[in-house]
Amino acid sequence: MARSWQLKAGFMSEATLAIKKISGHPGPAPGANVERDYQVAKLIDTTTCIGCKACEVACLEWNGYTFTETFFDNSYQTMPATTWNYWNLIKFNEHEREDGTLQLLMRKDQCMHCADPGCLAACPADGAIVQYTNGIVDFQQQNCIGCGYCVSGCPFDIPKFDPTTKKMFKCTLCVDRVSVGLEPACIKSCPTGCLHFGSKEDMSYLAESRAKQLRENFGFEKAGVYDPSGVGGTGVIYVLHDVTNPEAYGGLPKDPHIPWVVRFWKGPAKWIGNLAMLFGVIGVTIHYFRYGPKEIHPRHDNGGKL
Amino acid sequence: MTNGWIDIRNTDMMLIMGGNPAENHPCGFKWAIEAKRNRNAKLISVDPRFTRTSATADLFCQIRAGSDIAFLGGIINYAIQNNRIAHDYLVNYTNAAFIVKEGFKLPEDGLYSGFDPQTQTYDRSTWNYEEGNDSGAVVAGHAAPPPATSLPPGAPKPLPPLPGKVGYDLTLQHPRCVFQLLKQQYSRYTPEVVERITGIPKDQFLKAADMFTSVRKDGDMKKVATVIYAVGWTQHSYGTQIIRTAAILQLVMGNVGRAGGGVNALRGHSNIQGATDMGGVFDIWPGYLKVPNPTDSDLATYLKRITPTASKPGPWDSFNYWSNTPKFVVSQLKSFFGDAATKENDFCFNWMPKVDRNYSWAQIWDNMYRGSVKGLLAFGMNGVCIGPDSQKNIEALKKADFLVVGEIYPDETSEFWRSPGITADEMKNIKTTVYRLACAGFAEKDGSMTNSARWLQWKYAAVPTPGECRLDQDIVAQIFLKVRELYQKEGGKFPDPIVKLTWAYSDAKRPPLAELLKELNGKALADLTDPKTQVTIKKGQQLPGFAWLKDDGTTACGNWIYSGCWTEAGNQTARRETGDPSNLGVYQNWAWSWPANRRVLYNRASCDPSGKPWDPSRKQVWWNEGAQTWAGVDVPDFKPDSDPKDHMGPFIMNPEGVGRIFGPLAAFADGPFPEHYEPIESLVVNALHPNQSNNPVVKKFKTDADKYAGPNDGYNVICTTYRLTEHYHYWTKNNPMNVQLIPEPFIEVPVELAQELGIKGNDKIKVTSIRSYYIAKAFVTKRIKPMMVDGKKVYQIGIPIHQGYRGIQEDAGRDARTILNRLTPTIVDPNAYTPEFKGFLVKVEKV
Repeated sequence: MARSWQLKAGFMSEATLAIKKISGHPGPAPGANVERDYQVAKLIDTTTCIGCKACEVACLEWNGYTFTETFFDNSYQTMPATTWNYWNLIKFNEHEREDGTLQLLMRKDQCMHCADPGCLAACPADGAIVQYTNGIVDFQQQNCIGCGYCVSGCPFDIPKFDPTTKKMFKCTLCVDRVSVGLEPACIKSCPTGCLHFGSKEDMSYLAESRAKQLRENFGFEKAGVYDPSGVGGTGVIYVLHDVTNPEAYGGLPKDPHIPWVVRFWKGPAKWIGNLAMLFGVIGVTIHYFRYGPKEIHPRHDNGGKL
Repeated sequence: MTNGWIDIRNTDMMLIMGGNPAENHPCGFKWAIEAKRNRNAKLISVDPRFTRTSATADLFCQIRAGSDIAFLGGIINYAIQNNRIAHDYLVNYTNAAFIVKEGFKLPEDGLYSGFDPQTQTYDRSTWNYEEGNDSGAVVAGHAAPPPATSLPPGAPKPLPPLPGKVGYDLTLQHPRCVFQLLKQQYSRYTPEVVERITGIPKDQFLKAADMFTSVRKDGDMKKVATVIYAVGWTQHSYGTQIIRTAAILQLVMGNVGRAGGGVNALRGHSNIQGATDMGGVFDIWPGYLKVPNPTDSDLATYLKRITPTASKPGPWDSFNYWSNTPKFVVSQLKSFFGDAATKENDFCFNWMPKVDRNYSWAQIWDNMYRGSVKGLLAFGMNGVCIGPDSQKNIEALKKADFLVVGEIYPDETSEFWRSPGITADEMKNIKTTVYRLACAGFAEKDGSMTNSARWLQWKYAAVPTPGECRLDQDIVAQIFLKVRELYQKEGGKFPDPIVKLTWAYSDAKRPPLAELLKELNGKALADLTDPKTQVTIKKGQQLPGFAWLKDDGTTACGNWIYSGCWTEAGNQTARRETGDPSNLGVYQNWAWSWPANRRVLYNRASCDPSGKPWDPSRKQVWWNEGAQTWAGVDVPDFKPDSDPKDHMGPFIMNPEGVGRIFGPLAAFADGPFPEHYEPIESLVVNALHPNQSNNPVVKKFKTDADKYAGPNDGYNVICTTYRLTEHYHYWTKNNPMNVQLIPEPFIEVPVELAQELGIKGNDKIKVTSIRSYYIAKAFVTKRIKPMMVDGKKVYQIGIPIHQGYRGIQEDAGRDARTILNRLTPTIVDPNAYTPEFKGFLVKVEKV
């Protein structure tokens, strides 16, 4: 039930938001540049996150997922990593600083909605991954072929495979809510206001002002904003106490990039492939003109009958 | 809370101790975050464990469980030594200048004056002020109380009264003035002593003391600090005194009554404040009226005993609001008994029970264990899990004749007879009849809930009750009606209080809560006219507030502090206006706050003695010279026309009119100032007075189930209990969403202890106290460090309370099905009777 609903949500969003790019799709995206929209972004201030997991539950409830059996694993963390039906997970880390003081770092992990999405770049299925003009990167499960190439394209280990439907799933940034003017479910549920949602410009401003406050008034000299340029910036940005050490926050990559294999395969490799195909067609054509069509000779070994 | 949740956003400094609001009050914690975000407020977190609150703190101190008084006393000492005190506030708004009776002794040896080791009680007659003349000089002592020749059984020994005019010294130099005694008392709590007792290294303690008291740097009065706590403070054998220490600190610093200040208790249930307000404990009636005791032969005697008279410096004024006690009592009796209550029959005062002994929680279970309590009606709580000493409670229930449990899930209490370890044979021998009644959940009821901020907020039922479930109040009403019917039919020894109880609800079997709330608000029983304003309230109309209450039987009011919540203008608790013109988060027209819709208690103290706000940017109330009245964005907690020249004290509920740094006479069972004592089970002797380690008035329980470990019994680890943000008490183990967030019980163990024991994270470990054991997986964490306490290396562990033997995981056989509170001791605070769940001794081993 949850999954069919999810697919429906995908159609809904398609109908209401303009598409900017489409995976594996020749030619321009239909309707591209017709509608101008502002970039949306989610701001996660890890310095005011209290790890209450309200966002985890809100995500499940909005997206129609229910109980998953979990196991205690020497942590408050619900499970080791996000799963195909658990898209929002707070990662806990007991981090000892150089001065010996302890930090309990809590970071909400989910799809980063990269401006240059590696999953989309890697995806070969026409229309399985779309990026809307507002920046949301969304999987369209009805077009997904379950090849899992998006996993290799993602530097954040986000897309997850559902073995039953053989489709990939991840956070949609609540595209169904955003497209009708609502904030994502996680934002709505956050009790401390560590989560914010709005235009990328506003969120960046808010994040920078908070980082500045942390540097100037709370002694976090390395406080800063995580909005990695390697993926063109992200639709989910973090305020970190120490922006020079994002790995401490449950393995946030310091300088995420789309893997070169994906770039090569979808860039030069694809071009070479296309070229090879073109040469093939040209060769066939030349052959045709030079030698004419292939003639079919009747067989005689069965009495002239075909 | 003296203040409120939203008001926390007005603070400059937060001391969060004995509480973990980020985890246990996450929605309220947003205001702490707002203060940090908008005011650059600092947060100090003091806890035995580094919690998710500590994760957002500017400074964390790991404290040994149960040593809070030493820490807070150390800060009081630091504030006095470094002159970071609010001098004018202290002199004018507290009893710092009052002179204490000769013969009063501070507890250098662990005992205040008047201790009787035989009865383990204090004769508190020296815990009093000297009588003084108008200029403050001490005059000859006032009359001793009349010798009580024959006290009825269970009656407490009467105490002398407070003097009407006290001796005082506004220079605070008199050696027996409260300030000098305070200074002397906490001069012993040096940073070195604090380190020895609490295990907090001296430099870290000094950092915390400096940070907290920095709001009074250089005599500045503008900044404000708040203290926020929860059951980490109450659950000790001296819990009340921990909170007292915080209150004294806040008075010394001038932080009470001010926006962003106060002493703020975070209540653990959505309506636990309401339960307390409504007399949910045995020694108070609704509205904090003291219960009658056997000496109260009639109404007049009772009222004389419980109505205080003003006690203050001669030239000062004291509102002494409790002088209105007779109005509150008589109106409450009228609300109980209606027309049956007349002036001639003392308004049926003698129909009310006179409490002759302790009927607190632990005592009830102890009495059941001893066989004198034969049955229990349990609604809205899971007694077996709550503990302390769950096994004792299970044994007690086995001896009861009957048990009625009103719940929405099958719980441990209603299934005590099949708790783990009970064999089939044993089960046959349990004769207790258990009645399980299907009740309603919170979303299935309407009614008001009173939050920590004293707001009564009306809510509406969201869904109907499923199946044959009934609302709790319907069940109670139907039991009452049946009992009344039996009394009517069969008579009985004392039928009047039952047969003549007012029960005028539109549906007797299903009393609507709206009608109950109206009853609590009170109404006029005759036409009433205010002589000053000539405003008239007609007979039968709802009262506008408690100022209208009368002691002649012309008003009825179920709970005086709730008067004003449902007036002729309708249900004030259902108001939802979001206007906040003051921008201080007052929200005057959102719901309704007791008393009289005041949001910050004692708010007169937010102004200097001349009536001007200490901080003009946080103006709450002020004296309007032109109109000769107090005005404000909040309702002034004061006599509206009292000119500052009259020097009326801002703490109008105290007979002194000022805040009590010294708690005189019967205020506390264990001392007018707080003193550090060790938990009943402790690894160290008291560093201040080794011969008096524990709170001297705390009595151990004496059944064979009650065992207490000494430092040499082999229990070498300090254990504390706590709650997780993912769960709600013993309830959410039935809800899949919560269960998946924290699926199993665990025990938090320091890395170093784990190494010593050879255990890794996720290994099963067994924690044993002298009473019982508990098995769960180890959570090996850096968030609890080993400590040095009085030169001794000490380990602490922490265990969440939430699991039991009924629930999703329990029923699927996925956890050990044990109750944490099997470990905890039955020992209680002598003032509030709260059990000591924090800081008892255990040993830890690998399974």
